[in-house]
Amino acid sequence: MASPQVPKILRSITIAMVILFCLAPILWQLLTSFKTNADIAAIPNVYFPKRLTFAHYQELFTRRPFWNYLLNSAGVATVSTLLSLGLGAPAAYVLARIKLPGERLILAAILLMTLFPYILLFLGLLELVQKFGLGNQYLALIIPYTAINLPLTILVLRSFFQQLPIDLEDAARVDGYNTVAMLVQIVLPMTVPALVTTGILAFIFAWNEFLFALTFITQESMKTIPVAAAQLGGASVFEIPYGPIAAATVLGTLPLVGLVLAFQRRIISGLTAGAVKG
Amino acid sequence: MMDSQSAKIPTIVQRERRIGWLLLAPALLLLTLVFAYPILRAIGQSLFTQNLGTELQPQFSGLANYARMAVDSRFWQSLSNSAGFTIVSVAIELILGMGIALLLNQSFCGRGIVRTIAILPWALPTALIALAWTWIFNDQFGIVNDLLMRMGIMRQEMNWLGDPTLAMVALIVADVWKTTPFISILLLAGLQSIPGDLYEAHAIDGASPWQSFWAITLPLLMPQILIAALFRFAQAFGIFDLVTVMTGGGPGGATEMVSLYVYATIMRYLDFGYGSALVVVTFLILVIAVTVITVLVQRLRRNLA
Repeated sequence: MASPQVPKILRSITIAMVILFCLAPILWQLLTSFKTNADIAAIPNVYFPKRLTFAHYQELFTRRPFWNYLLNSAGVATVSTLLSLGLGAPAAYVLARIKLPGERLILAAILLMTLFPYILLFLGLLELVQKFGLGNQYLALIIPYTAINLPLTILVLRSFFQQLPIDLEDAARVDGYNTVAMLVQIVLPMTVPALVTTGILAFIFAWNEFLFALTFITQESMKTIPVAAAQLGGASVFEIPYGPIAAATVLGTLPLVGLVLAFQRRIISGLTAGAVKG
Repeated sequence: MMDSQSAKIPTIVQRERRIGWLLLAPALLLLTLVFAYPILRAIGQSLFTQNLGTELQPQFSGLANYARMAVDSRFWQSLSNSAGFTIVSVAIELILGMGIALLLNQSFCGRGIVRTIAILPWALPTALIALAWTWIFNDQFGIVNDLLMRMGIMRQEMNWLGDPTLAMVALIVADVWKTTPFISILLLAGLQSIPGDLYEAHAIDGASPWQSFWAITLPLLMPQILIAALFRFAQAFGIFDLVTVMTGGGPGGATEMVSLYVYATIMRYLDFGYGSALVVVTFLILVIAVTVITVLVQRLRRNLA
């Protein structure tokens, strides 16, 4: 094996600690979400509750438009993911295969964009949203989400396109395929796995976005999960609904836990392709 | 005659380029609208005073906003908060991330499961994770207080999010938890590209694993380390959601980051001119830092090649 070996017991303990470190906050929130209010507010803390309850989950769906939050997040994330693939794939292909003047500059700009904190964009976007009357419309999120995912989409797909054997494209060109036909009929079908990888990353980023969702959407029924959960409040400042907040956290993270479990390999390959090779 | 003909019938290269630009155009247009426009707009708007004092009408005021920033102690406080948070959390994340990457690079049973678990924190929504950490650091019912008291490390509960220093510590812990996996994934990819014979040769020369780490692993991994540092620097410096949810910048502005100050200036005080100037300065700081790190990366790559 490549790197130096560590004694076995030490390694096992470290591994156990890493797992605990990664899972503990989520598991604690999961446990809280099923505890009764009495157990939640018990001192000292209750680690093994005798009674579990679904009341906090029920409250989310009866007192709040919680289905809306979930569907809003899912809808906005799905549409913007498809759009960023649709716009990003052709752009990535061009940057991978066609020599253009100014190409290096474009790539440098795209790389810089992957580092952009969204706080630098929100004022300008807020003005655009108001100018085009997009406040409290899904487009106010779909457009920026598509855009903030484009740089990573382009970088990751470009690195996948570059790995394709160019002979196939040369042969297709001899057979009379033009650039567009080649992209649609030959290149994209070969890169479906890469599209899935990139799509998963884009979906995660869109699902998790907070600042734009907080600023551009104020209507309760149109909010996305992160904002809606962060704004769950009680009747007064002193009455914080810990149970429902925990339940909302669990419901909002569940889809992503599913994605990670199903696609961990792809997520890792996408992340490394985007960051290391870009 | 020749000229007009070659102008009419584009060469293959010209045609290909034209199609290339056409395919690029939609993406570039959207990126310009969402990334370039807000920055250019902020640069323009920062030269105007536009706030409640001017009834939200823009009045040209030159560099007045920038002059105000120089003496705005709240701005400098937020800048130092952001810098402190960024430096400490990125440093811890790099060291921990390196450790986890070295661990994951070894073969042991269940490695795939550990890797899956390790990317979970990275994938989950920061705002929701912030809620979980707020609950963990709760002063009355929080598990941190409970565990530390059970272990005898603390005598009585601490008000983690209500104390200036402890609130910063809590934020850093949450950020380290959330982003260390990302770093270890990037570093792991780098580790796996280092050929194993290098270590074997070094070991035959009598080097210890610790010496190999310093002589081989670290230098060869430097590009990945710097890239991870670059990504994390930018994200940590612009952090908004974690801090907004966990402390809201409190107590008493002790954890107010630049991003929160920008947001408050614009959304709460409706001071668009000054908010724009804050955006411009934050952007410049970021660009300078990114340029410095990128130059370092390229120089390193050249040295290694």
